Amino acid sequence: MKSARFDPVVLTLGFAFLYIPIIILVVYSFNASRLVTVWGGFSLQWYAAMWSNQGLMDAAWVTARVAVLSATIGTVFGTMAALALVRYSRFPGKTLFSGMIYAPLVMPEVITGLSLLLLFVAVNVDRGFWTVTIAHTTFTMCYVAIVVQSRLLTFDRSLEEAALDLGCPPVKTFFKITLPLILPAVLAGWMLAFTLSLDDLVIASFTTGPGATTLPIKIYSQVRLGVTPEINAICTILIALVTIGVVFASIASKRSELRRIRDEHVALRGSL
Amino acid sequence: MAKSLGPVKRKFEPWNDPTAQPFIRFENITKKYGDFIAVSNLSLDIYEREFFSLLGPSGCGKTTLMRMLAGFEEPTEGRILLQGNDISGVPPYRRPTNMMFQSYALFPHMTVEKNIAFGLEQDKLSKGEIEGRVQEMLKLVKLEEFAKRKPGQLSGGQRQRVALARSLAKRPKVLLLDEPLGALDRKLREETQFELMDIQHTLGLTFLIVTHDQEEAMTVSDRIAVMDKGVIVQVDTPAEIYEAPNSRYVADFIGDINIMEGTVVAPSGDVSPQPVVTLDCDGLIVAVEQDCAAKHGDRVAFAIRPEKVRISPDQPADTSVNAAYGEVWDIGYLGDFSVFLVSLSDGRIVRAAQANVSRLVDRPITFGDMVWLSWPRDAGLVLTR
Repeated sequence: MKSARFDPVVLTLGFAFLYIPIIILVVYSFNASRLVTVWGGFSLQWYAAMWSNQGLMDAAWVTARVAVLSATIGTVFGTMAALALVRYSRFPGKTLFSGMIYAPLVMPEVITGLSLLLLFVAVNVDRGFWTVTIAHTTFTMCYVAIVVQSRLLTFDRSLEEAALDLGCPPVKTFFKITLPLILPAVLAGWMLAFTLSLDDLVIASFTTGPGATTLPIKIYSQVRLGVTPEINAICTILIALVTIGVVFASIASKRSELRRIRDEHVALRGSL
Repeated sequence: MAKSLGPVKRKFEPWNDPTAQPFIRFENITKKYGDFIAVSNLSLDIYEREFFSLLGPSGCGKTTLMRMLAGFEEPTEGRILLQGNDISGVPPYRRPTNMMFQSYALFPHMTVEKNIAFGLEQDKLSKGEIEGRVQEMLKLVKLEEFAKRKPGQLSGGQRQRVALARSLAKRPKVLLLDEPLGALDRKLREETQFELMDIQHTLGLTFLIVTHDQEEAMTVSDRIAVMDKGVIVQVDTPAEIYEAPNSRYVADFIGDINIMEGTVVAPSGDVSPQPVVTLDCDGLIVAVEQDCAAKHGDRVAFAIRPEKVRISPDQPADTSVNAAYGEVWDIGYLGDFSVFLVSLSDGRIVRAAQANVSRLVDRPITFGDMVWLSWPRDAGLVLTR
């Protein structure tokens, strides 16, 4: 078979399609002009303005706390759900449970948000920081469950049996053997949950209340009054954070791959 | 490399001592998975310091039996006694058994040292004691210089040793070995078999090994239980299993054998002083020195190992009994042995093996030669099952 010819033009077009909007956003965050579409020279003034914009900073702080908290709780619950699904071969309602785990992935966010709102109203909870956190936990745990589940499917159960056999009780076995080995998947699940919570607008706007405005809600409401370069600045910072995260993750996985190859070489030499 | 062989193995057969108490006793064990019966009403006694093998094809229930002893499965019916105590319901982490897994199940995130120490740490031993025992185990399996490596940095043979050291570290009353050598290449496997026997002998532990490799079972075991479809067909020493299989199944499963169906024409007891059974295997008259319950006219089988069949171009003195004439149809050259497939006039194939005692490359018997097969009366046996 002839290998396909590498075409730089197609590649460039592909990248352009994906990244031009983001590049425009980043470039205009350094715009000296107040007008979003007119270039007025380089300036960092919008970063300074953003920094002194108390509302924006408060929203960023709320979002960070919600994201960390909901991702953490969601990771704990999601991991437990994954364990239940993979480990118990049969229990009443298993099919329903596994179906329900996937449901929030395909459920329109509007419906999730609305139903949570109705629930919070029905039980008469003051909406705010905690309701957003709970709402985010409910949908992020599903993503974590799926990520962890796929790791557990390839997990060699005899490792746990070996630990039990050597006298380690089940709960301790989980923390000493299972968790360390599925940790990469759990952390990936946490990262996914964190980013999902970070950029969620729809569910947050349904379930939040006064004093707990998240960053996406703040940005959205400001944009309705007109896009300011301040928004561009904070978005650029978000992009930078995400990029750093992605780069670190790929370096880490590359490193572990290299280590694995090195280990194999050591093993080969050792066997000679 | 000089290697100490340890004390010479003495005759060891507690199973023939009526006063000996079994160390492990399986009592009417049945294990069902839904409708599937993995183990069916099985009883078995294993004695202290015995090297015992469960041998059978995959799906015969041997692994299930072992996992029930380790505590990973509970019997549906029956009970398991260890030194006279019923261990039903005791979780695996409280049983005085340790297991070496087929996949080795080494903890990949821990060093060799940590793997071996894992079981000892659960027993809350002091740091010094653990350290001492780990060193002792590393020495036993000759892996001292690999203590700080992770399992991923070891070869298959080394991993197998770590798994062995880890399962021995706690000095279990019974060591369970699930296909322990399956992943090793032939040469390493043979070496390791002898090492296992050595270790078992030195430490004086009871070993229970599950395997489908009959050669492995024959080499290492004091006794072998041959299993089929959830039941034990025969429990005996390797020599008895090989020389006196109790059924067609065992005869066929262990080693190479010729089996011919036949009818009893003269039951044992007819000829004195030695009881001799005479069979008619479709025209081939066979006499076997054996005290056998089969009566005149019973359908039985005559079985004889290829190495006990003499092959020669010369006609034996008596051709009326225990002799056959045929054509060499195929020859399998194995180096130490050559196996001749001889086709009788009615198309039946009889295998005869001959040790290659000289270095001659040209064998006196070759393809298409007409040859005589013969065997003494004590070489074959009659199988009624």
